[in-house]
Amino acid sequence: MRLRFPFVMNCGLFTTSYREDMAVLFAPAAKLKVAAIIGFLLAFPLFVSPYYVSVANLIAIAVIGALGLNILTGFTGQISIGHGAFMGVGAYTVGVLTTKLGLSFWVALPLAGLMAALVGAVFGIPSLRLKGLYLAIATLAAQVIIEYTIIHWTSLTGGSAGIVLEPLRLGTLSLGTDTGFYYFALLLTLAAVVFTVNLFRSRVGRAFMAVRDRDIAASVTGINLLRHKVLAFGLSAFYAGIAGALLAGYTRVITPEHFTVDVSVKYLAMIIIGGLGSVMGSIYGALFITLLPILLRALADFAGTFFQGIENLLLAMQTALFGLIVILFLIFEPEGLAKLWQDVKNYFRLWPFSY
Amino acid sequence: MFLQLLVTGLVVGSIYALVALGFVLIYKASDCINFAQGEFLLVGAYVALTLVAAYQVPFLPAVVLTLCFALVLGVLVERLVLRPFIGEPVISVIMATIGLSSLMRGIIQVFWGTDTRVFPPVFPQAPVHFGAVAVSQVYLWSLGLAILLLVVFSLFFKFTTTGIVMRAVADDQQAALSMGISVKRVFAITWAIAAVVAAVGGILLGNINGVNSSLSHLGLKVLPVAILGGLDSIPGAIIGGFVIGVLENLAGGYLDPILGGGVKEVAPFVILVLILLIRPYGLFGKEIIERV
Repeated sequence: MRLRFPFVMNCGLFTTSYREDMAVLFAPAAKLKVAAIIGFLLAFPLFVSPYYVSVANLIAIAVIGALGLNILTGFTGQISIGHGAFMGVGAYTVGVLTTKLGLSFWVALPLAGLMAALVGAVFGIPSLRLKGLYLAIATLAAQVIIEYTIIHWTSLTGGSAGIVLEPLRLGTLSLGTDTGFYYFALLLTLAAVVFTVNLFRSRVGRAFMAVRDRDIAASVTGINLLRHKVLAFGLSAFYAGIAGALLAGYTRVITPEHFTVDVSVKYLAMIIIGGLGSVMGSIYGALFITLLPILLRALADFAGTFFQGIENLLLAMQTALFGLIVILFLIFEPEGLAKLWQDVKNYFRLWPFSY
Repeated sequence: MFLQLLVTGLVVGSIYALVALGFVLIYKASDCINFAQGEFLLVGAYVALTLVAAYQVPFLPAVVLTLCFALVLGVLVERLVLRPFIGEPVISVIMATIGLSSLMRGIIQVFWGTDTRVFPPVFPQAPVHFGAVAVSQVYLWSLGLAILLLVVFSLFFKFTTTGIVMRAVADDQQAALSMGISVKRVFAITWAIAAVVAAVGGILLGNINGVNSSLSHLGLKVLPVAILGGLDSIPGAIIGGFVIGVLENLAGGYLDPILGGGVKEVAPFVILVLILLIRPYGLFGKEIIERV
């Protein structure tokens, strides 16, 4: 029997068996919290207008993409400026497979992930020889080359006109509506989160972190650098491919401008603001970056009623604000929103005592 | 056709060389790449344009004013954005400059909008003829400037105290600090110089194509040039500029009909991947590179 104040999350280790020690959710309060969050997410579309559901869909897609990039950049330490292009590979795989070959979306979705993983792994091979700066440039080259291929392989991708998809269906159930798609995206996002959390409790995930912290030391302890770096690239691109495929299935129009270098930068910003090397951080970052333009627009509309013309200024400031926030986070809180939230929780854990 | 492509490549290459010089200067002193280089170009071009077109300042004083502005901008950017990253890992610095590029692009948009603006003609319009090939004069100016800057900076890094101090800082910040070198001051100087060089490039480019926000993409396009020449080599940047300029024009001229256009845009990056795989330190770079 463990004695504990029932409302605090966790004040120390009280485990009495290995099973308990290995549990993802330590405290009963954590289980309750997760159950409450999932319950809230399931009930969410019932209470709000379709517009908010569509925003939630975009967030879900961004969460999957950001998780993928965080696996690579945050956990394995390999910077990538080509994430947007890998999402493009996923989206176009779905587009081509469903429109040209007539495959069902459900077959095309995993294939999109695999295709992106393959392409990602190929572009990950330079990471064996290159580090830091040079790797960033190599992935930038990957981005440009993939983008070029998408735009100019017109017979396959439709060029800048893009591909138009059929509405999604699951048997007789239509996923073309915002709400239908919401549950599907929620399921996949939860699966992605759980998989990622568990990945970093496994040998492979710990190997990734070892590679990030000191690759030579990792190699000495018997981690095959080649395998793990390519694996990290592949896995990250797999997430990107799934996110891209979902985006394609949701918007139903695939055009090259959804997958430019700006998108790659946006995902980098997500994981920086959310927190590098943190699963929860990817979620916070995806939320933040997806909501930022929406909130800004709301603010612009609100301010526009008082000051004529200020809304255009605010919207133009969007890019600037985006860059400013990235810089401020890098300077003042490099570990991102996840760390901020952790600090808040730590403060209240023993409140009102300081320790 | 080959000759025309070759000459076009050479003249475009001289512009690339100018822009690549900015990358190399910053890399040489601070071991990081400035992904906002394209935005520095753009700011230079816009400021000069505004002075000339809106305030009717004659061209030469306008250039001088622009360069002063770029100097201040470079120092400010270093002080406000880059200074907290002294001694931080490369990944943070890269992301900070990416953030900076986004910040600057936004501010530029607020001030100047997104329309293409054209410089009032400054250089004589009549092209110069070399045999059968015609070259517009502005390219010759940029060629001359590139070579001039090459000489100036080569001498600067070789013979002046400031230049040697900058090289020392790039080599090992900690060691430089312990020798009593002010790394902060060196960084400020570097960014100021890089901003000035970018402004020169921006003014020249503005004279060729007009000024709009797509000018900033040139910043990324020039990365292959800097890598090919070797990130820490000034002659490398110049020669890399010419090589990439010629190669992309030849590739564009001969492969566009086969692959359906746009080869020019992607060719430098294909070359970049090859360089990175075979010779990551470039043609003239120091052969020390972090390998795994």
